[in-house]
Amino acid sequence: MARVFLGSALRRFTGGVEEVEVEAATVRSLVAELDRLFPGVGDQLKSGIAVAIDGEIIADAIYEPLPEDAEVHFLPAIGGG
Amino acid sequence: MTTTATPATMTETKPGYKWVGTRPVRHDGLDKVTGRARFGADLSLPGMLVGMVLRSPHAHARIRSIDASAALAMDGVKAVVTGADFPMLESEAGEGGEGAVDYRDLCRNIMARDKVLYEGHALAAVAATSRRVAMAAMAAIEVDYEVLPHVIDIDDAMAPDAPILHPDLITSGADPVPDRASNIAARHVYERGDLEQGFAEADVIVEREFLTRPVHQGYIEPHAVVADTAEDGRAVVWCSSQGHFMVRTLTAKLLGWEPSRIKVIPAEIGGGFGGKTVVYVEPVATLLSQKAGRPVKIVMSRDEVFRATGPTSGSKMRLKMGVRRDGKLVAAEGWLAYQAGAFKGSQVQLGLMCILTPYDVPNFFLEGFDVVNNMPKVAAYRAPGAPMAAFASETVLDELAEEIGMDPLELRLRNAVEEGVKSVYGPKFRKIGYRETVEAIKDHPHYSESLGPNQGRGVASGFWFNIGSNSSATVHINEDGGASVMTGSPDIGGSRASMALMAAEELGIDVYRITPIIADTESIGFTDLTGGSRVTHATGMAVIEACRELVADMRARAAKIWDVDVDEVEWVDGRAQHVDGDRAPLTTEDLAESSGKTGGPITASASLNARGVGVAFSTQVCDVEVDPETGAVTILRYTTAQDAGRAIHPSYVEGQMQGGVVQGIGWALNEEYIFDDRGAMENPGFLDYRMPVASDLPMIDTVVVEVPNPGHPYGVRGVGEVGIVPPMAAIANAIHGATGLRLGELPMSPVKVLAAIGANGG
Repeated sequence: MARVFLGSALRRFTGGVEEVEVEAATVRSLVAELDRLFPGVGDQLKSGIAVAIDGEIIADAIYEPLPEDAEVHFLPAIGGG
Repeated sequence: MTTTATPATMTETKPGYKWVGTRPVRHDGLDKVTGRARFGADLSLPGMLVGMVLRSPHAHARIRSIDASAALAMDGVKAVVTGADFPMLESEAGEGGEGAVDYRDLCRNIMARDKVLYEGHALAAVAATSRRVAMAAMAAIEVDYEVLPHVIDIDDAMAPDAPILHPDLITSGADPVPDRASNIAARHVYERGDLEQGFAEADVIVEREFLTRPVHQGYIEPHAVVADTAEDGRAVVWCSSQGHFMVRTLTAKLLGWEPSRIKVIPAEIGGGFGGKTVVYVEPVATLLSQKAGRPVKIVMSRDEVFRATGPTSGSKMRLKMGVRRDGKLVAAEGWLAYQAGAFKGSQVQLGLMCILTPYDVPNFFLEGFDVVNNMPKVAAYRAPGAPMAAFASETVLDELAEEIGMDPLELRLRNAVEEGVKSVYGPKFRKIGYRETVEAIKDHPHYSESLGPNQGRGVASGFWFNIGSNSSATVHINEDGGASVMTGSPDIGGSRASMALMAAEELGIDVYRITPIIADTESIGFTDLTGGSRVTHATGMAVIEACRELVADMRARAAKIWDVDVDEVEWVDGRAQHVDGDRAPLTTEDLAESSGKTGGPITASASLNARGVGVAFSTQVCDVEVDPETGAVTILRYTTAQDAGRAIHPSYVEGQMQGGVVQGIGWALNEEYIFDDRGAMENPGFLDYRMPVASDLPMIDTVVVEVPNPGHPYGVRGVGEVGIVPPMAAIANAIHGATGLRLGELPMSPVKVLAAIGANGG
């Protein structure tokens, strides 16, 4: 089960839920499951988002596999100068 | 300027490496110092026209009409374009630039449509046979404006009765969703724990307000482009940018073309620092060239660079932090508002994500606002969003340390994040070297040097993420046994040298037998732009991967020549050796010479989306002297420690560290956009926009800390950005040490310092 941490921007879709455990093999299936649990979340995670899996921030992570008991955070896509 | 590295950094010996960690002369050095290197403005083509851009004199106005008929009728005028010549794009997040790009905003930024939104906003462009004719043509273009009220300052822009830039801009992230437009594009929040409980545990609470002004990256080379659009509709574009693939993607999108119609050839780049991660004149020159049927060159003036390209945000911040007497930080509450310029997209969210990040703070509430105003759309600038946030947090931290009577570095150490600690932005840190940077400064002789009258010492730390992203590399073994290493990453900070060093290490050949090449968009796989401190990490990984494939290939070829199993062939010091040692080794030259018989030319490519990014921390100490009669602040001594993971070329790591500090000194003491009451920039030139010059700067010592990043084959962490994060706070804290004054407004120019001294009874 992945432990998913939901930031402030997502909590208006989750009814204030900050953390949830989700069974998912990839980020794509995780997002689909989150959207099923909390309708509207999926749209928020479509673009401009990076995913941190066990502390590693990954851009373009939609097909990324999730290790067992992964800790997942959604972050804004980070650029730089 | 004297910027000398401490002679004995931690990187001088690298057991096991022959090339990584050494300091060869950069491969492009001779061309750069002799003037042979070709920059954006250096190219000339037969029949080339001069392109110039007509810019708005108003900060905010409706364009009733543009009449270019008189200009077009002039002898020597070959083309005119306005916003009407470009496709009107809908709002769509793009990935071609730095971070999120909204194509609707970008298309309106490169050429205004119904409104001009800042003084300097482009609204037409001409191509003519000479600069004189082009200027006359611009003067002949008649624009009918309805001048509108403008707004620059954050408080004014956020006020309920503010002039509205975009009547359809509804604040995202606000709950409930507002029912009417404002200049607040977005609200972001990061929070954790119980703020009230946290402050209740505090023995000392400090609350301060901060104000910073927009500052420009100040790259020495203005934006420059030559575009040549042929009869078949294909264009070749030469330009200075941080990413020629980015230029291709964005130019194609803005013109409604397929990207394959455009070939972008990277010129050398005379600085970018984030400011060349987006397009301004490239699509304009390409369209002018198509209309005129001739090549068109546009070179921005310095005035245009200031007035029409992205500075970084000005900001207003309030920060309250609480600490126990034992030095444990227990709570923080922050409010940040950043100017975005004419279109949404300041980096306030990254400011929130960086403001407390070196520290483990259990309770916090951080709120940020992205605010549009009538100035040029901001662009990335070295660790975008982080420096102003650190100015606030590192200043408050200094005051907390003073209040509880603790050494400011000790306070930082007691709260330092380390592996496994949850970051402000959520994820737990992997292996990091923040604590080591603090200890490096604490142990440095600078920190215990005595100070004289009117002198003070300040410290500060900073954090930046660094990124990975897409990179490609192709490596050839040449017929003389040397290697060409092609990448798609423009070399801003010495990356040719670092690519060559990693290739030399992998291939086992002399670094000067490596030729690093930056290939155009048709000669190498897609590569994201040079930004986010990513090139040595990400493009380096592509180079390493390609070299390892080459080595495997050359071992296989040697096995074929010797008629043995490939497992019997080792690669040692650039040569194939049989494990028994009974055959003469085969060098790269030998293998290149026989390559036709063993499978053809020896070449390998790698493309990847780099993972394993290592974040960066820096801690710095600064000594200043304040002249109580003039308010002038002199930087006496400056030392910066930064975790580089592994310094591939220590000189260029040190150069990045020093460069970040220098830009931070300018931001701290002198640089600012000054607007008149019409919203026009009053100081769009280096005489009035005061960047540091050599005589302003002291010795800047560097300590390269190396806590290797396990996500990179050599342990690399990006080094280009984090160095600019701490200086403003370090200098403010040093000024406090010298004067007893806490300054919360940048720049800390002589006028402001003198006024503060006077207000303090001094």
